[in-house]
Amino acid sequence: MRTTTPSQDFVRGIWKENPVLIQMLGLCPALAVTNTLKNALAMSAATFFVLTCSSVLISSVKSLIPKEVRISSYILVIATFVTLADMLLQAYAPVQHKELGAFIALIVVNCMILGRQEAFSSRNTVYRSLLDAIGVGIGFTIALVMMGGFREILGIGTLFDIPLFGPNFEPWVVMVLPAGGFLMLGFIILGLGVFEQRKKSREAAAA
Amino acid sequence: MSERPEKEGIDLAVVDPAAESPNAEVPADRPVSTFRLVATLAVAGALAGLLIVLVNLHTKPIIDEYRAEQLKLAVYEVLPGVSNYRTLYRVDGNLVDEVPVGSKASDFRQAYIGYNEDGNMVGAAVSRGESGFADIVLVIFGFEPDTGILLGKKVLESKETPGLGDKIFKDQDFVQQFFDRPQTPLTAIKAGSGKGLPGEIDAITGATISSKVVVSIINNGVAEWQPLLQRADLGPAEPEEAP
Repeated sequence: MRTTTPSQDFVRGIWKENPVLIQMLGLCPALAVTNTLKNALAMSAATFFVLTCSSVLISSVKSLIPKEVRISSYILVIATFVTLADMLLQAYAPVQHKELGAFIALIVVNCMILGRQEAFSSRNTVYRSLLDAIGVGIGFTIALVMMGGFREILGIGTLFDIPLFGPNFEPWVVMVLPAGGFLMLGFIILGLGVFEQRKKSREAAAA
Repeated sequence: MSERPEKEGIDLAVVDPAAESPNAEVPADRPVSTFRLVATLAVAGALAGLLIVLVNLHTKPIIDEYRAEQLKLAVYEVLPGVSNYRTLYRVDGNLVDEVPVGSKASDFRQAYIGYNEDGNMVGAAVSRGESGFADIVLVIFGFEPDTGILLGKKVLESKETPGLGDKIFKDQDFVQQFFDRPQTPLTAIKAGSGKGLPGEIDAITGATISSKVVVSIINNGVAEWQPLLQRADLGPAEPEEAP
């Protein structure tokens, strides 16, 4: 009973089932490294790479993996790509690598990635898994960029290290500290909830 | 946001894996031999290892080059006023200019001797790593071999907790203390409880372990290197590096 089309596979993860904002998966990186937009983008890129490669590989070898060892195999595949991402980042973006520190290695335990393998790639074709992974990856990026952008603007007063306000701007420092991650995530989810509710009550009124 | 039920009819793959089972290749009831399980993981592990080795072969030179570059910049940073430096290698407990024939320079511990524009020795920089709160903290620091006065320090590598332990290189007040020419051995003290003794370093509140590690690295490093450096000839002999 297939209920989705390829385009739905792709679009779903971007907004309607956004991994961070709706499904609440992958919150560790979403909270930890989104104090600036640059870090958010580097983390998104690394996660996107790992997610896409893992989904493609696992969906193409899914028939070879016995059910009993599937989780270990998925973790092995994911860990391999994380190690590759770690080494590539260290070689080509050393400054970001230093900023992200231990959080690159922690992509291995990002349940969003394992979740996509178990729920989608292990039972769908390579093509669909690729679309799904790209969609979810974009959704993850959108969430992290929102968090990173807002936190950098409020907490440092810059965006991409470019000062936005005059010298009299007093940065709201808590926003770049760990607590600010929780605050910002809460505000964003609150905003989305209010938006959804308004939309629904408008639709109800129209009906 | 508990809106999941309203999404019915659009997609259930995320919440209900059973909804899309026709493509699952291995039926739940067919027994799989233990050998197959072991073989699958072994083959997957071997392939993963191979892939990592191949990429590492490609990225390692780039990473090493970047590290060497950073190290060079760090030497100038921890030895303020230095205009050039030369590298000494520690071979069998002695400091020499050249490594023995047939061995790699990276196999030996190194000390960097900095000179000012007049050719006078300013100090020596050495690096040392010790276990911090999370993984090894690698610090390079400069000091005067004769007096043991610290000239500066820089954290080269650390995985200390973001927001707390990473203040050992992000907190300017903490870092500045190491550039105020304190006398080694240093003592880490609770911030504000100083008695004005030489070598007191205010630890970072909330990152005591990380602060103490930095102090310990410097103390042990000075103790280890000072006798060697005092024995070696540190005259301004043909500096090899210019800024």
